[in-house]
Amino acid sequence: MAEKGLQRLTFWEKFQSRYFSKSKYGKLFIYLCLTLWSMTTIFPLVWVVLNSFKNSREIITDTFSFPTDPTFQNYLKAFDTVNIGKSYLNSLIMSGSVVFFVLLFGGIAAFAMARMQFRLRGTLQMILIGSLLIPAFATIVPVYKMMIKMDLVNTYWALIIPQTAGNIPFAILVISAYMATIPKELEEASVMDGCSRWKMFTKVFLPISLPSFATVGTFVFLWSYNDLFSSLVLVSQEKVAPIVVLLSNVSSQYGTDYGLMTAAIAMTVIPVLIVYLLAQKTFEKGATTGAVKG
Amino acid sequence: MKGDKFYIFLFLTPAFLISGIFLYYPFFENIKLSFYKTDGFFNSTFIGFDNYIRLFNDEIARGSTLNSFELMLYVAIFQVGIALVLAIMVNSIKRGAAFYRITFFFPIVISGAAIGLLFTLIYNYRNGLLNEILINLGFERVLWLTEQSSLYMVAIPTVWNYVGFYFVIFLTAIQKIPQDYYDAAALEGITGFQKMMKITIPLILGDLKTCLVLAITGALKIFELVYIITKGGPARSSEVLGTYMYQKAFVDSAMGYGATLAVFMVVIGLTLAFITNKFIKNDKLTY
Repeated sequence: MAEKGLQRLTFWEKFQSRYFSKSKYGKLFIYLCLTLWSMTTIFPLVWVVLNSFKNSREIITDTFSFPTDPTFQNYLKAFDTVNIGKSYLNSLIMSGSVVFFVLLFGGIAAFAMARMQFRLRGTLQMILIGSLLIPAFATIVPVYKMMIKMDLVNTYWALIIPQTAGNIPFAILVISAYMATIPKELEEASVMDGCSRWKMFTKVFLPISLPSFATVGTFVFLWSYNDLFSSLVLVSQEKVAPIVVLLSNVSSQYGTDYGLMTAAIAMTVIPVLIVYLLAQKTFEKGATTGAVKG
Repeated sequence: MKGDKFYIFLFLTPAFLISGIFLYYPFFENIKLSFYKTDGFFNSTFIGFDNYIRLFNDEIARGSTLNSFELMLYVAIFQVGIALVLAIMVNSIKRGAAFYRITFFFPIVISGAAIGLLFTLIYNYRNGLLNEILINLGFERVLWLTEQSSLYMVAIPTVWNYVGFYFVIFLTAIQKIPQDYYDAAALEGITGFQKMMKITIPLILGDLKTCLVLAITGALKIFELVYIITKGGPARSSEVLGTYMYQKAFVDSAMGYGATLAVFMVVIGLTLAFITNKFIKNDKLTY
């Protein structure tokens, strides 16, 4: 049987097995490919960070070398001329609030969906799955009109409310799927101890489901923080503009100021990168569960 | 349990109230708006299917749709393809796998706006990264963003940005395949390339389908990178549906027509997701 299997190999497959999977060169080739791809992700960032410490002329003359005379001038300029600190704060306030509300409302709703019996459960589940297919483009025009009517445009709420609404279905689905796997005995035991449904949620289900809350939280934060489209429409004024809007303005208004651009990129990327390196497992788990969101 | 009704109501109301008002209602309102000629506030006239007729006669809309489809093709082939190859490669090595996982995934966490700005710098005519490399190698500067090339130039960061996402999904799926399958295959004399085609890929077909659907529907939502790198130009050569919809609804104040474009995007997305789902049939696998 084994021989027959071998006979069926085409020339390419024999070639492949001989020179790639079984030989040292194969491994070398694989490492070469992998290293090349990781270079494409690392190199541009290193380049930006190095250049952000040079003055604009040095960026032009010596773009690949280490900064000969490191300067913080670009960073100071980022704080002075475009007020990047304020945008940071805006981003943190808005995305932080979105995460908070999504986890709060999504969490209790997920608990009800996962652990309680009621008639409309199936219908609601279908609605939730369906809502993952609604892109921001399809709701933005009416949302903008509503925000204008409520006089909320260019306030934090203008972005917080629709982003919360858009992410709640995702949160309910992921967290309730996690809660559904918790053994029934725990629920019964807490009833015996005289817990109300609310206590049952806060004392038993919330602590056990924390990993799913973390996953949802990280991803909702990323989506919210990176959402340029809604931000441009709803919170584009300088006093409330999040960091992505600032970056977009920098690209159109200061497109020739290389020093400022590199500093702005470095300042946006580095904090996220540090958080990512610290919580890398949560992020990756988020990618595999987050795959349900379209 | 006694008193459950009250708690069910209490727990579900906030979530469904917010989503109802700010997600479901706007979705249907948007469909309604697509039948109106409106700037959103003062003027609003019902015009039936006029917006849709306009859509089909709109040269720019047609161009943007074609561009979106072209990007979709690149994304489906290269994003998913490169991710699959990288995942299979990382799965086959022992040393350094963790390093590659980290470096491949991290472009995901960077905002599209920052990546856009980064690539603006890379493509820049004067002292952009690419032109500096060319100069150092003794070549002439190249104008990277032209009418012919602009779409490729936004396709590259788009692909680069999301490869890591699909890579992690594939790698997780591949690592779930029990070793027995490969042992059995080895006994049959199946190794290397054939092993990949006959075992690995069929067993992760479900994830491959998910990734394809995500990549295809995701391609319709491309906005940031185009908006920042090329603004749809030069001469609309890289305009996509997302940027065109934004321009119509919020720059030109043609909100009714913008809503029509959004409906069009949703219809395309649903149709393609449905077709992809039908096209790749698979059974749920449990090991």
